[in-house]
Amino acid sequence: MGRGTVSSFAESKRMPGSEWFKDRPRLLEGVYAGSKLALRVLYPLLKRVLPAGFRERVFVWSEEISKGYLFNCQMCGQCILHSTGMTCPMNCPKNLRNGPCGGVRQNGHCEVIPEMPCVWVQAWQRDAQMGRYAGEIQLLQPPVNRALQNSSAWLNLLEGVDAQRPSGWSAIELE
Amino acid sequence: MANSDQTSAAVEWEIHGDESRLRQVLEAGHFAVTAELNAPDSADPKDVYANVAELGDVCDGINATDGSGANCHMSSVACCALMARAGYEPVLQMGCRDRNRIAIQGDLLGAAALGVRNVLCLTGDDVSAGDQPEARRVFDFDALHLLRTAQIMRDKGVLLSGRKLTTPPEFFLGAAANPFVPPQDLRHLRLAKKIEAGAQFIQTQYCYDVPVFEAFMRRARDMGLHEKVYLLVGVGPLRSERAAEFMRSRVPGVHIPDAVVDRLAKTPRKGKREEGIRICVEIIEAVKQIEGVHGVHIMAYRQEEAVPEIVERAGILREKPKA
Repeated sequence: MGRGTVSSFAESKRMPGSEWFKDRPRLLEGVYAGSKLALRVLYPLLKRVLPAGFRERVFVWSEEISKGYLFNCQMCGQCILHSTGMTCPMNCPKNLRNGPCGGVRQNGHCEVIPEMPCVWVQAWQRDAQMGRYAGEIQLLQPPVNRALQNSSAWLNLLEGVDAQRPSGWSAIELE
Repeated sequence: MANSDQTSAAVEWEIHGDESRLRQVLEAGHFAVTAELNAPDSADPKDVYANVAELGDVCDGINATDGSGANCHMSSVACCALMARAGYEPVLQMGCRDRNRIAIQGDLLGAAALGVRNVLCLTGDDVSAGDQPEARRVFDFDALHLLRTAQIMRDKGVLLSGRKLTTPPEFFLGAAANPFVPPQDLRHLRLAKKIEAGAQFIQTQYCYDVPVFEAFMRRARDMGLHEKVYLLVGVGPLRSERAAEFMRSRVPGVHIPDAVVDRLAKTPRKGKREEGIRICVEIIEAVKQIEGVHGVHIMAYRQEEAVPEIVERAGILREKPKA
């Protein structure tokens, strides 16, 4: 941080060209759905070939590069991109998982980082352009499992780790 | 003052020690009035009572802010406990900026034990808005996680971990809504989600733009939300055009149209305070007519003494049931 200005946050540093992709959420959700299918098929094989620790590293490394470039991924380890208009909610300085806060500026920019468009304003716009996952943005997302920070979201998905909820939370969800 | 018939009608609601009085007022169909307490920068309870004194007689609930604008003041739990002790009806504002989920659940239990029955669940202004911007922001939860967690504690009698509570808290749960900032045409969706997460009442951000609010309410009514939640519209008197400029440029989420600022600017200096109150009264009169509005929430920062006058002039002092 150093200078004490909010502009020095990683969230405001977006990769050149990544906005072009993010403004095409239909393309990205297709890639997501395809990758998910491919990984589900390949996973038993990967599991046999790659030892656990190495597997985690390979996945983390590839996610850091690909999702890091595209979404400025913060490696929360429980990806919900397809439910948030393919816009990473962890880029929101308040880490909101369920929609925009009340501090959005009149120009649609972030309360905390004035030069950055509000993550959630973009997420809602992009959700409206989506196909198979459209409307998922209205799902009530559970609290973030902070213990999964810096782990592989793909592996957590394949192993079902990211779907686990605190037991109290599930008590209401199951109704 | 309003005539005595009206006054007695409203105090007739029964007082159940363990239930939210604000909820009783709303369920009885009264037009509710809540106001915001200016939490003192002090360790003396007298300073809380001094600020509450103006509000108690005209309000059905008094909100204690939780480090509003990311500036440190006396904690909201403490302000609420002091108010409850003196017989006022406190509304605990709880934000997610300063505490993680463990502290949040602990504070909810503590507040309930101290007599707090109303909780307004907020995300919270960012630390950068306040005078200690170098503080760490927590935001372990968002407002909806907080709402749902409080609901789980109340209805299921467990903590988020699933551990059982000996006595669950009795809460009337609230949330905020800000119809005045982008994306304005989708803000009702956020309201719907908050209701799903457990919100029973809503207090909105300052309303200075009635047409925008009307459009928001129309969309909310189309979804039937006005029948699922009690909605209190945030209002407040502006002291001058300078105060208005400050608020809209420095306080996160406040939208004040140019017309309102111009109106204050054109008023001679001596009449500005009066004009600010008049604008506030006019807005209350306007929003009161909108279907789905169940009350107002008056935020008169450092103008607590104006609240009784506003309530009286707007004709909402202990009104009789609507239906």
